[in-house]
Amino acid sequence: MSTDVSRRELLACVVGGCVAASTTGCTDFLHTEFGRKNFRDMTKEEIAEVVKDLEKDLSAKYGKPVTVGAEEPIPGVDFGYALDISRCIGCRRCVYACVKENNQSRDPQLHWIRVLEMDKERGIDFDDANPYYDAETVPRPGHFYLPVACQQCRDAPCVKTCPTGATWQEKDGIVLIDQDWCIGCRCCMAACPYGARHFNWTEPTIPAEEMNPKTHVLGNRPRPRGVVEKCTFCVQRVRNGRYPACVEICPVGARKFGDMRDPKSEIRYILENKRVFVLKSELNTRPRFYYFYGL
Amino acid sequence: MEMLREIRRFVAHSLRAVTRGSPRYWAWVGLLGAMIVVGVLAYVHQMSRGLITTGMRDQVSWAFYIGNFTFLVGVAAAAVLLVVPAYVYHWKPIKEVAVLGELLAISAIVMCMLLVLVDVGRPERTWHLMPFIGRLNVPSSLLGWDVLVLNLYLALNLVIVTYLVFTLFRRKKVANAFFVPMVLFSIPAALGIHTVTAFLYNGLAGRPFWNASILAPRFIASAFCSGPAVLLVLMQILRKTTKFEIQDAAIWKVAELMAYAMFLNLFLLGAEVFKEYYSNTEHVVHMRYMFTGLKGHTAIVPWMWLSVFCSITAFVLFLVPGTRRHPVTLNLGCLLIFSAVYIEKGMGLVIPGMTPDTLGEIYEYWPTWTELGVTLGVFGLGGLVFTFLVKATIPILLGEHGHPAGAGA
Amino acid sequence: MGLRVVVRGAAGRVGSATEERPLSTTRLVLLGGLALGAFGLAGCGQSPPREALQGAVPTTEPAWPEDDKSAFPVPPPPFSSPDIFPCSGCHDKTLPPDPKRRVLTMAHDDIVLKHDERHRWCLDCHDTQNRDMLHLASGELVDFKESYRLCGQCHGDKYRDWRAGVHGRRTGMWNGEKQYLLCVNCHYSHDPHFKPLKPLPPPTAPRSGS
Repeated sequence: MSTDVSRRELLACVVGGCVAASTTGCTDFLHTEFGRKNFRDMTKEEIAEVVKDLEKDLSAKYGKPVTVGAEEPIPGVDFGYALDISRCIGCRRCVYACVKENNQSRDPQLHWIRVLEMDKERGIDFDDANPYYDAETVPRPGHFYLPVACQQCRDAPCVKTCPTGATWQEKDGIVLIDQDWCIGCRCCMAACPYGARHFNWTEPTIPAEEMNPKTHVLGNRPRPRGVVEKCTFCVQRVRNGRYPACVEICPVGARKFGDMRDPKSEIRYILENKRVFVLKSELNTRPRFYYFYGL
Repeated sequence: MEMLREIRRFVAHSLRAVTRGSPRYWAWVGLLGAMIVVGVLAYVHQMSRGLITTGMRDQVSWAFYIGNFTFLVGVAAAAVLLVVPAYVYHWKPIKEVAVLGELLAISAIVMCMLLVLVDVGRPERTWHLMPFIGRLNVPSSLLGWDVLVLNLYLALNLVIVTYLVFTLFRRKKVANAFFVPMVLFSIPAALGIHTVTAFLYNGLAGRPFWNASILAPRFIASAFCSGPAVLLVLMQILRKTTKFEIQDAAIWKVAELMAYAMFLNLFLLGAEVFKEYYSNTEHVVHMRYMFTGLKGHTAIVPWMWLSVFCSITAFVLFLVPGTRRHPVTLNLGCLLIFSAVYIEKGMGLVIPGMTPDTLGEIYEYWPTWTELGVTLGVFGLGGLVFTFLVKATIPILLGEHGHPAGAGA
Repeated sequence: MGLRVVVRGAAGRVGSATEERPLSTTRLVLLGGLALGAFGLAGCGQSPPREALQGAVPTTEPAWPEDDKSAFPVPPPPFSSPDIFPCSGCHDKTLPPDPKRRVLTMAHDDIVLKHDERHRWCLDCHDTQNRDMLHLASGELVDFKESYRLCGQCHGDKYRDWRAGVHGRRTGMWNGEKQYLLCVNCHYSHDPHFKPLKPLPPPTAPRSGS
């Protein structure tokens, strides 16, 4: 019996030692870049550390000082967006302004905004939509244009379906992705009814001189290979009070943005005075991206 | 310590069993090995440049890997087709071979997990899927549930098989009070894995081709008519190459059950076709893409018609008792139905679901050599796992493993 | 207001301890009727308070300035050349105004009017006497810096939308200072239809397995 006891004691020691080693090992592991936690589980100090590391890496990679912000939602704000399809002429300036502002890959090409050319006689009909139109001038007779990007749905199917919780909706309504947590399973891309999510099929490339150095850790920071990205309403701008890049560049003023809780905002004016609609409303995603006819 | 000695002996037996065999056995293992080598090389190529080496793009973001994954989950679930008559109805002829179904289930689940691993953009981050260590988004995410149930089903089958085979190895009696409930639990577990996988597609409102309640029943029906085909072929091989006695009645019963499943599969397909073509909403474009092509894109059309033809032919062969019992037509039927469901539930499910995409664009997907190579490697690995499991198990089932009876009791 | 005073006066009197002779019911009713009548007449002439008009939007002032001259921060008017303004450089006492509707041949013949030209001509917007100003239908003079007031006369719905920031391009802060553009910054006043633009390149269509 004495042998049995000592064997049991030995086993207990070994097991206990393993547990102790693994827990301390685990904590250290979780602090490495590989072991980083989901953004929502990090404390403010951890986020600050992550941001600092990212700034260092990006500044070294692009050869210029890069800032990475982690601005939180402004309290009491609920963003809304409205796009006037009677005005959009399909010039695509929003597409490329977005690419520049948000550090999208140039090769392979990745666009967050897709402008669909539609037939006036058929109305909004995705069956006939053509994103590859090219012409000397736009609008082309007989056609109208519908730019589509992330609708920041109130009941987002992508958020529902993400198995690792790498994407979620923030308090100000923007749906964000933790680029260091996403495993690239592309469930969200299958779920999105608007084709708004895009995948980095290989290493994204941005020429250093075109890289926008003012970034947000959940927004326009350059993404790694193998993760999903999408429109973030220019989170790095809007949380500092500025309009998204697409709103500012649109030459016809078709894009309007603001805080839906502010009765003096443009978006509230549009909701009150124009007739808005949303895409694929039967799917009950309740987008906060509205379309309307301004003319 | 007695147990440790038994385990050592069991491992030794298994190693001996898999490393000894006829030239035909080694040819088979060699073939599987070659497939694995191809797979590894293809995967290294894929890892070097990323998933851009596949044919997938934003418009069709799930394709060959996930199609094969879906098919193989069905194969894994099909083990239950043997378990039900064996353990619920206590049908002796099948009870002796039910374990083969579980071995197939284990191999299929291993293949499923590998296919997911090769499909994700950042495989080193898959630990994020682990509950508590990572952040598994249940109850909301169906893929989260799939991770749980697939692992549960794998663990369950491993426990069942290891316990059964190890107990038989030691020439002990199986403790039914422990064993039978687990086996019975594997029935709802099998239905569970395939239903969760179906729900993964089914729940996506943005993909009208998949967003149909009929998808889960279709998955079960097609699983039950395709998975057991492998077992039927295996049982005939075992009958010829080992002393394993498998009654004709067992084989014919499985074939008969498969015939009913085939009918259900065809009926549900017919129901889908009616609904799409008769109601003729915009959503019919996906089915049109499958059967007639869209705007000149017809790459998948011949495959879909081939699948339907094979399904119907296999059904007739299995329905008619004469052809069901004849070895030539039986095996032809097995090949036909396996191919038919492989097409229907693999590429025939995933690609039309994403073509046209949510904004109406048609990107005609076709797998690249890299994808084919990696998938070949996965099948090779799964085949090897299955071969080794069967090779180690059969002697034990036959009692030929040379373990002294009653030792250390 | 008036009614309340009268009522208070009547009610105050009736039942007051100091009152020796209470008002009779008849007199009360007559006084009340008078008061109502007075109020009604007063009410007709007044507009209801602003609060009552707002409806669902709970503000007491508009989000955009009304006709406040300095309220819309717009860029300078985009004249076609730097020396064309002030117009009085040529249109001075030596060049008497000719209000006859005609096609101009001696100067400004490069301007082809495509802006309701069947009913309007130059001097319907440009002031005949003072060419450095535009004029409204009422004759009120309007500076070029406020040409939106002129456009807004006919294009009232666009003007209202523009004031709210919903018509036309807007830059700045969604929760702070914004920049406005003049109508003429996008719409050339003599041919205002927005010109088609050359589109930027289409996206590259995906190709398998590059």
